[in-house]
Amino acid sequence: MPIEVNGKSLEVDEEGYLSNLNDWEKDVAEIMAKEDGIDLGEDHWEIINFLREYYEEYQIAPAVRVLTKAVGKKLGKDKGNSKYLYELFPYGPGKQACKFAGLPKPTGCV
Amino acid sequence: MLHTVNKSPFEKNSLETCLRLTEQDSTVLLIEDGVYGALKGTKIEDLVSESLSNVKMYVLGPDLMARGLDKNSLINNIEIIDYQDFVKLAVENERIQNWL
Amino acid sequence: MEEETQSGVIKKFLYVNRRAPHGTIYAHEALEVVLIGAAFEQDVSMAFIDDGVFQLKKDQNTDGIDTKNFSKTFSALEMYDVEKLYVEKESLDERGIKEDDLAVDVKVISSSEMKKLITESEVILNF
Repeated sequence: MPIEVNGKSLEVDEEGYLSNLNDWEKDVAEIMAKEDGIDLGEDHWEIINFLREYYEEYQIAPAVRVLTKAVGKKLGKDKGNSKYLYELFPYGPGKQACKFAGLPKPTGCV
Repeated sequence: MLHTVNKSPFEKNSLETCLRLTEQDSTVLLIEDGVYGALKGTKIEDLVSESLSNVKMYVLGPDLMARGLDKNSLINNIEIIDYQDFVKLAVENERIQNWL
Repeated sequence: MEEETQSGVIKKFLYVNRRAPHGTIYAHEALEVVLIGAAFEQDVSMAFIDDGVFQLKKDQNTDGIDTKNFSKTFSALEMYDVEKLYVEKESLDERGIKEDDLAVDVKVISSSEMKKLITESEVILNF
């Protein structure tokens, strides 16, 4: 089932991840988050933007433990921990945040 | 006649055989992993250099760049071309032999 | 996955890469397997032999062939605790490639050292 964003119909895979990375825009994240019952705030966006930069640099969506470590390095210990990230993204900071960011499912997640 | 080679010369003998069995004044185009055959400083550099007196050799630019290589990596007198030039070569030559 | 990581058995894994990066899918697939396997917290080494050394060439730009530039992912391996990358010197020499031409820090070793690495590995996966 494609998702509707600003009058465009965007293809997603069976788990809801965007099929084409280049289709992403901010409203994609907003709409996906709303479906999951999340209202995106600044803290969410910080992680989503971090993920997009990470993907740009390394061409992969990081596994959750790597994400946690990398966030800690970049944004500080109080954010680079599972508790903080799971509060923002209850379905898993790897899977859910990557989905909102328009990235594929993290490598190494089942 | 246009000959294309798309295999690495270090893994398969496609380029070597191509150069052995190619008529004088033919055109050889290296594509995909075949572009590694145009590198200088390799163990097959002499073989390729010597063949340049018989054939005109090209490499496909996008395949070269994908592999982190450029003009400076190449043996002299091997020319870099783009997709449009590839099409032109294919049209100009009556037959194409693909050395897979 | 939890069970395996908690079983406590750590083996010496060696991923052997012998293919050039973009002409076939082997190199990209190998990297995916390494990243997935990293979750099992084993003692991982990667060996680059023959055309495999081309995978590490710096300045790769795949815009023109419309494929993923997975050479950038080698820089992320450290964060996955995959830190032992070995490149065979003889393979570099035959291809006119120097250590400076590579995108990440590696250990360049001789054939005889590579032989030893292979002999001492407990699980070997070939690509």
